[in-house]
Amino acid sequence: MSQVNRIAGSSKRINRNRTLTFSFNGKEYKGFEGDTVASALLANGVDVVGRSFKYSRPRGIITSDSQEPNAIFQIGSSQATTIPNPRATQTDLYQGLTASSTNGWPNVNFDLMATVGKLGGSMMPPGFYYKTFMFPQSLWMSYEHLIRKGAGLGASPQQSDPDSYDKMHHHCDVMIVGGGPAGLAAALSAAQTGARVIISDEQNEFGGSLLCSTQQIDGQLPSQWVEKTVAQLSDMDNVMLLPRSTVFGYYDHNLVGINERRTDHLGEHQLQSTRQRVHKVRAKQVILATGAHERPLVYGNNDVPGCMLANAVSTYINRYDVVPGNKLVLMTTNDNAYKTAIDWHQAGRQVVTIVDTRKASSGELVNKAKQLGINVIFGHAVIEVKGGKRVKGVDIAPINPENHSVTGAAKHFSCDTVASSGGWSPVIHLSSHTGSRPVWKDEIAGFVPGDTVQQQHSCGGLEGVYALSKVISDGFTTGAVAAQAAGKGEGRYTGQLPKTTDPQEDVSMALFHIPHVKKTSRAPKQFVDYQNDVTAAGIELANREGFESIEHVKRYTALGFGTDQGKLGNINGMAITAKSLGKTIPETGTTIFRPMYTPTTFGALAGADVKHLFDPARFSAMHKWHLDNGAEFEDVGQWKRPWYFPQPGETMQQSLERECLATRNSVGILDASTLGKIDIQGKDAREFLNRVYTNPWSKLGVGKCRYGVMCKEDGMVFDDGVTVCLEENRFIMTTTTGGAAGVLQWLELWHQTEWPELEVYFSTVTDHWSTMTISGPNSRKVLEKICDIDVSNDSFKYMDWRAATVAGVKARIFRISFTGELSFEINVQANFGMHTWKAVMAAGEEFNITPYGTETMHILRAEKGFIIVGQDTDGSVTPQDLDMDWVVGKKKEFSFIGKRSWTRFDNKRDDRKQMVGLKPKDPKFVLPEGAQIVFEKNQSIPMTMVGHVTSSYYSACMGYSFALAVVKGGISRKGESVFLPLSDGTTVEAEICSPVFYDPKGDRQNV
Amino acid sequence: MLLIHCPYCEEMREEEEFSPAGQAHIERPLNPEEISDEQWAHYLFFRKNPRGLHHEMWLHAAGCRKYFNVTRNTVTYEIMETYKMGQEPNVTASKEGQS
Repeated sequence: MSQVNRIAGSSKRINRNRTLTFSFNGKEYKGFEGDTVASALLANGVDVVGRSFKYSRPRGIITSDSQEPNAIFQIGSSQATTIPNPRATQTDLYQGLTASSTNGWPNVNFDLMATVGKLGGSMMPPGFYYKTFMFPQSLWMSYEHLIRKGAGLGASPQQSDPDSYDKMHHHCDVMIVGGGPAGLAAALSAAQTGARVIISDEQNEFGGSLLCSTQQIDGQLPSQWVEKTVAQLSDMDNVMLLPRSTVFGYYDHNLVGINERRTDHLGEHQLQSTRQRVHKVRAKQVILATGAHERPLVYGNNDVPGCMLANAVSTYINRYDVVPGNKLVLMTTNDNAYKTAIDWHQAGRQVVTIVDTRKASSGELVNKAKQLGINVIFGHAVIEVKGGKRVKGVDIAPINPENHSVTGAAKHFSCDTVASSGGWSPVIHLSSHTGSRPVWKDEIAGFVPGDTVQQQHSCGGLEGVYALSKVISDGFTTGAVAAQAAGKGEGRYTGQLPKTTDPQEDVSMALFHIPHVKKTSRAPKQFVDYQNDVTAAGIELANREGFESIEHVKRYTALGFGTDQGKLGNINGMAITAKSLGKTIPETGTTIFRPMYTPTTFGALAGADVKHLFDPARFSAMHKWHLDNGAEFEDVGQWKRPWYFPQPGETMQQSLERECLATRNSVGILDASTLGKIDIQGKDAREFLNRVYTNPWSKLGVGKCRYGVMCKEDGMVFDDGVTVCLEENRFIMTTTTGGAAGVLQWLELWHQTEWPELEVYFSTVTDHWSTMTISGPNSRKVLEKICDIDVSNDSFKYMDWRAATVAGVKARIFRISFTGELSFEINVQANFGMHTWKAVMAAGEEFNITPYGTETMHILRAEKGFIIVGQDTDGSVTPQDLDMDWVVGKKKEFSFIGKRSWTRFDNKRDDRKQMVGLKPKDPKFVLPEGAQIVFEKNQSIPMTMVGHVTSSYYSACMGYSFALAVVKGGISRKGESVFLPLSDGTTVEAEICSPVFYDPKGDRQNV
Repeated sequence: MLLIHCPYCEEMREEEEFSPAGQAHIERPLNPEEISDEQWAHYLFFRKNPRGLHHEMWLHAAGCRKYFNVTRNTVTYEIMETYKMGQEPNVTASKEGQS
């Protein structure tokens, strides 16, 4: 297909020497380098690019920028490279680009859902889905699924993204957002003071509105001034230019987030370079020069393809040499938009008429249009468009905006394009991100940035300054002022200002919504937010139903909820709300814009922090041995811990049973290096332990170990572990693997904020040590072979520790037990971990020493009723609930952390959930962890839940399954039966018993 | 994202290095056993939630590991001052003319 709308223009923005082929909805088209997907489609005369969300009406391209609500595509040819929902107006064309509409089924030109839309005109008011699918609530999920399928926008990629992304951090004096005339002027002015300047722009080249303007600067085309200025900036070492870089967010304390699209314009996948890069800029001063967006007018059937923004039409003509139609009707409230008719006329196509809603205007552009012989009708408006998949004509009628009425008969004009302009809205989005409330300015009929606490400046269109000469001088001034605020320069721009003559313009009319002969609710649809099919009638209905706050109107009608985030429709929506409520626009107020300014890919935000770089992993010194011996691993915090060591052909359960039996009957070995270890020193270390642990530490002698429980101030168990007294004023505290960092922070908190008078120091030494636990009746025999001290029960008692040499390496041996068996925990410098482990394995060979992982550790400890904090407790469990009152010091002088709370009323109740053991009636059935417990089997739903299973295993040593659980008042209910209704509908019975199943007297660890 | 001055490191650092630690200037009662459940509950659970100036603790978690105090405006997120543990704020709501 040829490019029917491409004219023989002279734009330098496209490269006619490089033709690019692309496909849209399965059809091949051609465009040029420099085109956007939108300009290329318009060049090829493609009218319908999508279907609307709710009514499934055919939609065409309306804008040429980030406001675009309709040309939202799925771009990319594979499931790995596909991108949902980029705007065709902001997507640079590349060779082979594959695009398709994101909705429309079976295709956009023949859409089954459109039947629904036609029927649904009056049947789908705002809140339709809420009202229709509300009951029964339980079915909402399935309704929603179907609705989304019918309506949906793009689809997520199903395969891993092959591209790479990264991030950069910057500091600068002046960050300038927007590279139009104001931004470029500001950059030049700020940079000349020597300030470090960064300037970014979302388009593929700098220049902003100047890229499609015809107003001369210094007697030359505006694009020449842009080229000269950009060249000047590029030559300066203190300036960084970021084209194709969208500032997506403006955050507190002058942090600016920028997404630079580095290779998106080259193709869908680039192996050699970073596709997108997020720049995080911390700026001393920020200049917002984001300009203004043109506002469409709201009129009947204003969504028929061929209805466009006036300035967008000019952009396509001047920048891309594309005239998107043959016969134009222009409707405007201002002089500025006359440029579009002039551009159209000069492109050699017919301007049917200009319809000006004002009574008269004698501005320069108006006169110029008249001189060119273009027909101008004042005091009229386009009240209705005719056509389906393309504009066929318009009805034009005289209107009275004062009382929102049509005052005379309508005349029909045939045309294929309607350009409208309701004036301009400053792009206040970024200034709103930090919480600043925009302020309405009557003179420009728009919001401008309000007060802010950021070091922020704004200039040009964003301030409602639209005349080019003023925009440029505003830019130069603001750049100098911002540089001075950052400590550079004198605050004044002293260079020569470029010369440009602004056309004299008459006053614009503040008009948003065009009346129709019928009242709004009966008139043809007048769209406000195209993407969400929000109409003027819908907003008025919402107002009538009582939604008066603009925030409520937004949420009820979905105004501004689309991917364009209300850029195109919000001001019109507010104006219609204000009118229907009889308020002014400032009284109605605006909703708040939030990041992202335009959608940003997850890839960009994730940067390089993906896959193995997503989170650091920690490995013990013996990790390679575990790998070599076939361990399966589990993640505990960031640690990779051996979970179990399967032998060939074994199931997990078989491995666990073998590991458990070997440990109980001979000897097993566990890598316990990951347990947190905190070295605590100082003359008040002992006193500090007294205050943070529930049990007493005053009398723990050098060479002894003690188990301790730590509570939070509310009395709930927070961590536990063994602390070892190394010297009179020195201890090693062990913590749970996952709790290590939190415990250290907790100790620091109390020391620094509450008891700074205590002389005590904490240092984490977790990684300094390798720890291996040998456990089982033969563990002493293994240790004896490689150790230089007497390890007999007489000289090395349970809960003692000894310094020794193990396998030639200096070691600390703790005689503590988490399995209930005779156990020794050997700690050596991490560098010697692997050496020592291998020596222990060799020594243990004759006893069939068996490595075991965390799962066997869990089973063995549970058989003994030893808790795991975080599994058997959940932050609502006291030591008393655990039946561990023995760990609470009764005579401690200081009211240690947690103590006072135990006497609070709620913690003294006797129906608190308490830890018990459970024995299922079926000794082979393993209760699911998390299963709820009830007392009465046959109670009707909702049943009274009295607790849940916290740990549950099959014990190979005991030959039956067992569980730990919390049950209301459970400690005094031992011997009673409870019931567990399971998710499969069955109910199983279990008996409450002591949580200590194995060796209740504790003889085995004391031999 | 805040930019926070650590009064111990004496540098402006990114928020990523810090973690918030709740309201500042809460003193643990010296005689927990002698006060009522209600008084204890106030110490345990009751926290201010002002619209405006808030004195709060932060931890320089990825830096010097010190806790310190911050006076921050909860509406604008402006940080008026940071000061060491044990010091009193210079900027307070009453000094700002707020109640």
